[in-house]
Amino acid sequence: MAAVLRRSCRVLRSISHFQWRSQHTKASHKHEPGLGYSFELTEQQKEFQATARKFAREEVIPVAAEHDKTGAYPVALIKRAWELGLMNTHIPQSCGGLGLGSFDACLITEELAYGCTGFQTAAEANSLGQMPVVIAGNNQQQKKYLGRMTEEPIMCAYCVTEPGAGSDVAGIKTKAEKKGDEYIINGQKMWITNGGKANWYFLLARSDPDPKAPASKAFTGFIVEADSPGVQIGKKELNMGQRCSDTRGIVFEDVKVPKENVLIGEGAGFKIAMGAFDRTRPAVAAGAIGLAQRALDEATKYALQRKTFGKLLVEHQGVSFLLAEMAMKVALGRLSYQRAAWEIDAGHRNTFYASIAKAYAGDIANQVASDAVQIFGGNGYNSEYPVEKLMRDAKIYQIYEGTAQIQRLIIAREHIGKYTS
Amino acid sequence: MAELRALVAVKRVIDFAVKIRVKPDKTGVVTDGVKHSMNPFCEIAVEEAVRLKEKKLVKEIIAVSCGPVQCQETIRTALAMGADRGIHVEVPAAEAERMGPLQVARVLAKLAEREKVDLVLLGKQAIDDDCNQTGQMTAGLLDWPQGTFASQVTLEGDKLKVEREIDGGLETLRLKLPAVVTADLRLNEPRYATLPNIMKAKKKKVEVIKAGDLGVDMSSKLTVVSVEDPPQRVAGVKVENTEDLVAKLKEIGRI
Repeated sequence: MAAVLRRSCRVLRSISHFQWRSQHTKASHKHEPGLGYSFELTEQQKEFQATARKFAREEVIPVAAEHDKTGAYPVALIKRAWELGLMNTHIPQSCGGLGLGSFDACLITEELAYGCTGFQTAAEANSLGQMPVVIAGNNQQQKKYLGRMTEEPIMCAYCVTEPGAGSDVAGIKTKAEKKGDEYIINGQKMWITNGGKANWYFLLARSDPDPKAPASKAFTGFIVEADSPGVQIGKKELNMGQRCSDTRGIVFEDVKVPKENVLIGEGAGFKIAMGAFDRTRPAVAAGAIGLAQRALDEATKYALQRKTFGKLLVEHQGVSFLLAEMAMKVALGRLSYQRAAWEIDAGHRNTFYASIAKAYAGDIANQVASDAVQIFGGNGYNSEYPVEKLMRDAKIYQIYEGTAQIQRLIIAREHIGKYTS
Repeated sequence: MAELRALVAVKRVIDFAVKIRVKPDKTGVVTDGVKHSMNPFCEIAVEEAVRLKEKKLVKEIIAVSCGPVQCQETIRTALAMGADRGIHVEVPAAEAERMGPLQVARVLAKLAEREKVDLVLLGKQAIDDDCNQTGQMTAGLLDWPQGTFASQVTLEGDKLKVEREIDGGLETLRLKLPAVVTADLRLNEPRYATLPNIMKAKKKKVEVIKAGDLGVDMSSKLTVVSVEDPPQRVAGVKVENTEDLVAKLKEIGRI
């Protein structure tokens, strides 16, 4: 018991919110000595990126519009991505995964998002759902639940948000009551990506009924099998964008979860849930950048073909300046998620950079997509052209995985904290 | 079965999607900083070897490339697709520019003998020089049968049935192993390098040797005199009737 607690404390310390930096010797091989910073990808990273890019351009793009129109879940694409090793990249090698860090995952995510963010969100939700188990699961839990993901292309989901609580995670009401060797879960979750397709969920529930209990002790993280009796999956929600992604409400009515499925221990849930975000936030930013890059490419290609007032659109400074600003935003957004991913891979606490990356990338993705529609003009508004989908898809990047406002709260806290501590 | 060993030759060429530019001194094309990748027909050859291995007809696939140090990237791609090990025949960049099919064929012939392979697979031609000679020359030097422009390869005991795409249609040959086969476009669809295979490829061995170590003479009797862009297409002239046509042709001295 003491050993478990010691190990779990070690895990929690590296993901906790106070200013302690863990020293990691593994980081050094990633960057060249002498110049300090390196903007060069390794050979392996270039190869990973090439495979992801080829898959996105050749297999995702041709079917993305159809999936958006019908809302059909991209089963074939998921299967292909899984076969190519593009999914579940964080799963440790001991469970049959590649054990890649955040940076490599971000490279892949940006390429997939370029193809279709609806598909990419469905794939990314796996990473989010698995992350609590990757960072806090014990050997049996990892072997069982992560092992499953590498054996066949199945999905998982991250169940935290509720109809009454999104940003205010500490305000969730789903209850977990201990009864003998089990916990009984009761409550309602909402906006769960892969809700209707998941094989298992990471679920956060309130295990301490005392309303005065602090957030750091009141919640517990569970792994819940999706076919558990009492799990009622709602209808597929019709959203503005990323339409092929499966988003649902889920009701948990007297769902029994064995105590073996508790992550770390009772009361450890909040930190686990937040710690997962530190690793997945850079990838969400990367997804937004992939979308923005696509919007930029489509707009630029269009501007090189379309003529008005006797010259190509690009030859009009109004348009070329618009493209220049779009290019600035995409380049900067990319640098920011790369920094955030590099920091967490180097063993540093990356909260500051991860929030900056996510906030910035979400905002610029919306701006760039909207500008792309503008450059296409009337055609841009129409569904025969690819950019209106990008604009609809982009909006969620300012909302999920921490809203634009929450990111600003975090950045303010981190920033001001540097001056006051 | 599974006693056969295959040697697959792969060439690093300028990527097919790149716009080629001729160097101002007309000695060649610009290669500095230009994206390179594995010759598409070589990819098809590697894919065929890997499929034969998956069918348990081939036991070991050796990928080989001749050229400067960057060739190792191309070998790694072959390893990521499923080749077992690689051989890089190192040729310094300056010499590599003068290296042609005959020199490469000499290397491949020596390697085929050294490694005691049963099958040599290559792409039918490289997209940079379009020679379509290396496979044929290799077979000639080894005195082995050859099946070129293969669109289907089937192993039948110790014989290889090769269906070839020729101008008149399809020709089927039966070759006694060991043999040389060159891959044509419709032989197969090359696989992606999956991420797990890219990682595994890093652990596979790549032996680096020099052409001299094999006792191969890399000298060439050919020199490139000049490389130029194809002439710019000049606009045509429209004429009203046959009298005008004849007059114009006489004018420019064509008749």
